[in-house]
Amino acid sequence: MTLNSSRRIFLKSSALAGVVFGAAPRSLMRSVFAAEARGGRPKTFVVVFQRGACDGLNTVVPYGDGGYRKARPSIAIPAPKDGDAAAAIDLDGHFGLHPALSDLAPLYRSGALGIVHAVGSPDNSRSHFDCQDFMESGTPGVKSTSDGWMNRFSAALPRTESKFRSVALTQTLPRVLRGASPAVALARIDDFHVREDIAMSEAAGMPRAGRRGAMEGGSRPGMAGTKDADDSSAAAFEKLYADAAKDMLGNAGRETFEAIEALKAADPARYTPRAGVSYPRGRLGDSLKQMAQLIKADLGVELAFVDIGGWDHHTAEGASTGQLANLLRQLGGSLSAFHDDLDDRMRDVVVLTMTEFGRTVRENGNRGTDHGHGSVSFVMGGPVKGGRVHGRFPRLSEENLYEGRDLPVNTDFRDLVGEVLVRHMVVSDLRKVFPGYEVKPQAFVGALRS
Amino acid sequence: MNRNRYSDAALRVVLAGQMAVLGPAPGALAASPVTASVPSDDATAIHVLNRLTFGPSEKDLARVRRVGVSAWIEEQLRPSAAADTALATRLAPLETLQMDTAELRAKYEIPPDVRQQIQKARAERDAAEGKTSAAAPGERFEQMDAKARREEREAMVKQFPQLANLQGTPQKVVGELQAGKVLRAAYAERQLDEVMADFWFNHFNVFARKGPVEFMIGDYERGIRERAFGKFEDLLVAVAQSPAMLFYLDNWQSVDPGFSPRDLYRPQTMGGRPRPNRNPRPADSGPSGNTKQPPRRAYGINENYARELMELHTLGVDGGYTQADVVEVAKAFTGWTILGEGPGGPRRNKESRFAFAEPAHVKGDKHVLGFTIRNGGEKEGLEILHLLATHPSTAKFISRKLVQRFVADRPPQALVDRAAATFTRTGGDIREVLRTIFSSEEFLGPAYRSAKIKTPFEFVVSSVRATGAEVKNPRPLSDKIGAMGMPLYLQQPPTGYKDAAEEWVSTSSLLERMNFALDLAAGRVRGVSIDQRALNNPSATLDSVAAQLLPGGLSPKSKETLEAEAAKDGTNKAMLVGLVLGSPEFQRK
Repeated sequence: MTLNSSRRIFLKSSALAGVVFGAAPRSLMRSVFAAEARGGRPKTFVVVFQRGACDGLNTVVPYGDGGYRKARPSIAIPAPKDGDAAAAIDLDGHFGLHPALSDLAPLYRSGALGIVHAVGSPDNSRSHFDCQDFMESGTPGVKSTSDGWMNRFSAALPRTESKFRSVALTQTLPRVLRGASPAVALARIDDFHVREDIAMSEAAGMPRAGRRGAMEGGSRPGMAGTKDADDSSAAAFEKLYADAAKDMLGNAGRETFEAIEALKAADPARYTPRAGVSYPRGRLGDSLKQMAQLIKADLGVELAFVDIGGWDHHTAEGASTGQLANLLRQLGGSLSAFHDDLDDRMRDVVVLTMTEFGRTVRENGNRGTDHGHGSVSFVMGGPVKGGRVHGRFPRLSEENLYEGRDLPVNTDFRDLVGEVLVRHMVVSDLRKVFPGYEVKPQAFVGALRS
Repeated sequence: MNRNRYSDAALRVVLAGQMAVLGPAPGALAASPVTASVPSDDATAIHVLNRLTFGPSEKDLARVRRVGVSAWIEEQLRPSAAADTALATRLAPLETLQMDTAELRAKYEIPPDVRQQIQKARAERDAAEGKTSAAAPGERFEQMDAKARREEREAMVKQFPQLANLQGTPQKVVGELQAGKVLRAAYAERQLDEVMADFWFNHFNVFARKGPVEFMIGDYERGIRERAFGKFEDLLVAVAQSPAMLFYLDNWQSVDPGFSPRDLYRPQTMGGRPRPNRNPRPADSGPSGNTKQPPRRAYGINENYARELMELHTLGVDGGYTQADVVEVAKAFTGWTILGEGPGGPRRNKESRFAFAEPAHVKGDKHVLGFTIRNGGEKEGLEILHLLATHPSTAKFISRKLVQRFVADRPPQALVDRAAATFTRTGGDIREVLRTIFSSEEFLGPAYRSAKIKTPFEFVVSSVRATGAEVKNPRPLSDKIGAMGMPLYLQQPPTGYKDAAEEWVSTSSLLERMNFALDLAAGRVRGVSIDQRALNNPSATLDSVAAQLLPGGLSPKSKETLEAEAAKDGTNKAMLVGLVLGSPEFQRK
């Protein structure tokens, strides 16, 4: 019997006996996870999905191309200019960062952040729904794929005891992580437990979250304060779901309780952000802050997912300020906080941003942009070859545009993801991850060192 | 209760098992009523309640047992016109639900100029403090606690005296919408009415936090509700001309690129309201305060509505349209706008109703799906809506969604085909399509019972209905639904919420459900009370608790677990109630 399986049995039986989970010896679990980190820490791949189709051209701005300004009379970002806070931040004499991404500029310059332009999915439906679905299933054009590419990749990794190998900081499990391999969705790590029974805890005087007052008529003479009943409802729920059918619901129920146990043992809430690091307010900052905690707690996170919506700017997109700028500020601030927070752990972590498609090169009639094709991705951490804009980028004249209107997709997102999987996660056979598509190293843009 | 114009005898026509052979009845214009030979056993009754209501309540179960399953379905399909007074009493305190868009805007909308100043001041303050406030409008306010909100409000009124006349914040409007939706689902007698209103709202989803949409949703939903069982085309037209959809999918400002807004305000062009405005407000509510931007405004075509009209409202993404069709449809709908909201429009007019602005319309024939739509102004859009509503892809797409809602996540194709045939034969009569589904073997038979997982909304409301809980304040319930990933009226993308288990089954949402179940049972959900005497009396047993909450029954293993729990010294019934509500069985319907 291995240490790992005995740990499971220990936890199960103690739970059923009603022992408080938190009382399980923490040192034991920590060593279990430490032992698991085969020859060091596991590699982690964090996907940040920008839902709604981000305007890549106003994110990483080809200011050196005269066609850019012409196509966008009211929303173009001005070319870099010293002392002009509204101007793009120069990257290489041709491209500039949107000024709201100023937090990313130092990372780019230090080589910790790379950019891949004109990237996306070959599907041309321009449908948010379909294109997100395809980017998450990993099979553009094939709707019958029931699982996501991150889930299939997880299945291709060696077995693990970690319950947090695949984790999304979302309320519902994203498509990309759905499938046969276990995956955890959690919205807030400090809230991830079954509410203890109130009448009991009041009497027991145990300081725990979630307590709000005694139930009506629910006093239980003779039972107050005993540990036995404290997690009784949690244990009963665990048993109900342990016995449930091995279907989606039953599996999710079992994974829930395994994740609760692992979280209690590792107590990631202890890992507050490093001094001087502050995440921006908002969903993405919250998510990445908690993701950093899970990683620092050595929970065995390998495939991580967060998302941020609101990128669909058909109207009043804004230029240097405005709707897009506000979101970009949140994106840049969150990525840079995550980078600084993880510090030397970033060696083992790669962050990749993705969006379902880009937007029209020309602005539309409402100072916004309509659904387009290629967009831009940021790559950060691990073996990234930062400080440059990768990928083939065309001149923005009509004949170079996809269907005469959009930035083309010159890098298939599967080749970019493939590059991360091969060069960072060190798995070479991706046939099952992207069925029907051959990921060829020749197609890699070279965003990571091999 | 006035059932409808069909007699019971007329109902006894169709055998469920024979639906497949029946096909369209020759010359039968009228309904093919739901079969009377539907078994009225308890299992069928419970199944039908699970799918056609927001969860079985004791009262509804008793009624189905009394009148029989098929008669009950007919009642729901053709509900009495009599007012649901009990529900009306519960809704009465939600005063904004009684107001139309114009009244809501007058009483709750922050004037655009004030809003801009507030946003600008806030952005400057945040910039000075080095903070970002990328939160969506309204989100930031919601992140504050009550005291901070009150202080913020007071400070704002001090700074902007215009705000003093408002009767509350826009947040109140959305809050009452959510509250009303929960109350209706929990207590309405015409349950199928609520289910269909919810279905169609989700099908034609709009997002309350986009500009003034929050003030338009009340009217929008009333329009949908009135047509929920009628002809699909009527519903489609009502949606296309609703300010809520026109604003949400940007069509209100989609205009001929050669159009100048000044053309619009010749008196004859827009309902005779010649109030030119030289400083049109920015196109959206979002901040756009870059003073360096060129002062001129760009006008032109916006494809957003045209695309979603075909992809999401009618044909489906595989329904056979192309990007060229999207552009042509977008041209045809240029000029479909909102009176008082249109490009450069008089901002003070808060009437918010549909208007066609001829000068903003792209002239010329349009070529859509292989058809030529002749140059015809407003008529072009109506012709396209007709073309789409009667298109075979639409019959299939709508039928498929309905079968997915009522039968199974992976809809049985044979039933989808029959429903689509009914759709086509009846000119898109929604009630008839529902009859085809409800009288099918696929729906009534055992194959798909308990096959669907409740959405968070269904789960929370069905808990209330099963326990017979008294909801004094629905807000904590709608908050919970939001915490489970399904905030009401706040689904941002036009796709609406997905109606399939994989969307709602996750570690996180299951945990939310278990905790909600325990909280509800223990009386810890603020504003909601459960009759503890009924559930927690000494003579109550696990069996009696489970029979009420889960008439479909617990699995033998679950029963064993809960019996062991019940036998424990000191386990009270409230906890058993919580365990049943959080059990795997209660998540199904």
